Amino acid sequence: MSEQSKLYEVFVRSRRGLDHKHVGSLHADDPEQALEYARDVYTRRGEGVSLWVVAAGDITASQESDCDSFYDPLDDKPYRHAAMYDLPEGIDSL
Amino acid sequence: MTANDSLLTYCLRLGDDALILGHRLSEWTSRAPFLEEDIALTNVALDFIGRARLFYQYAAELQGGDATEDTFAYTRDVRDFTNLLICELPRGDFAFTIARQFLFDSYALLFMEQLKASKDPRLAAIGAKAEKESTYHVRRGREWMLRLGGGTEESHAKLQRAVDDLWGYTDEIFEVDTVTAGLIADGVAVDPTLLREEWHAAVSRVMAEADLSQPSPGWSVEGGRRGIHTDDLGFLLAELQFMQRAYPGLQW
Repeated sequence: MSEQSKLYEVFVRSRRGLDHKHVGSLHADDPEQALEYARDVYTRRGEGVSLWVVAAGDITASQESDCDSFYDPLDDKPYRHAAMYDLPEGIDSL
Repeated sequence: MTANDSLLTYCLRLGDDALILGHRLSEWTSRAPFLEEDIALTNVALDFIGRARLFYQYAAELQGGDATEDTFAYTRDVRDFTNLLICELPRGDFAFTIARQFLFDSYALLFMEQLKASKDPRLAAIGAKAEKESTYHVRRGREWMLRLGGGTEESHAKLQRAVDDLWGYTDEIFEVDTVTAGLIADGVAVDPTLLREEWHAAVSRVMAEADLSQPSPGWSVEGGRRGIHTDDLGFLLAELQFMQRAYPGLQW
């Protein structure tokens, strides 16, 4: 691995689900190498049918300090949740 | 030699190629340049060990009696192994390992594509499975060739030296003897002479992309198919077979 190697985040779409899930990260020199290492490191036991790799530096993430302004204002809006419905027979979650 | 004996010999050759090369790759486990590559190399090693098992299992059925896949892997001596010499050469530096894999995998891919069409259904099934693995091995190998060839002065020099050192071992890959000739005539074995041109073109293309000069060693060795090996194979087998030699029949 050379000095310009970067961190990549790895997402796998499993047979069971329909969406890609974050499974971990790895170092690689370029996206193509990252994709192959993702295959070797994260799909060795048949976990996936599709892989995404994203350079970690390309992800814009919210910060701890954003919590107050981002999420607290939603606490007093229970009508946005479906929690008040009675679940029909045979349905475990909605 | 009966047709059954020829087929047994053929399976052992292909199994030996896979086992010995797989073992050489496994020597990188925990010693590769970095974690991701360590796992990747070990994966490839396991592909080859798995391939060896398929050929040996078939060979055991052909031999009959008490023979199992382990009989072939653990209880034969150096002269009984019939792998290509290129498979047994010590792992060398990382460039050597990459160059060897690229040269061998490029051949293996073409070979397995043809083995898939063998009239022997067992060999055809192994060919179909191995072809998929080899497709990935060649993809990986090509990228490493380009990365090392176009990397630093040092990586380029090491890769060029590796290719030069290996080139004289590649003639043996395409040899045909009486055992294979009979099986080729029966539509069971792959005729490697027909693969050579395509192999050479594919390998030369990547070497040119990697800015490597075409080796012209002026030497060539063979002997693996007749059990004539380098000194190194004995040391490899000593490690590979130690447990079964020291404790025959040991199970876990």
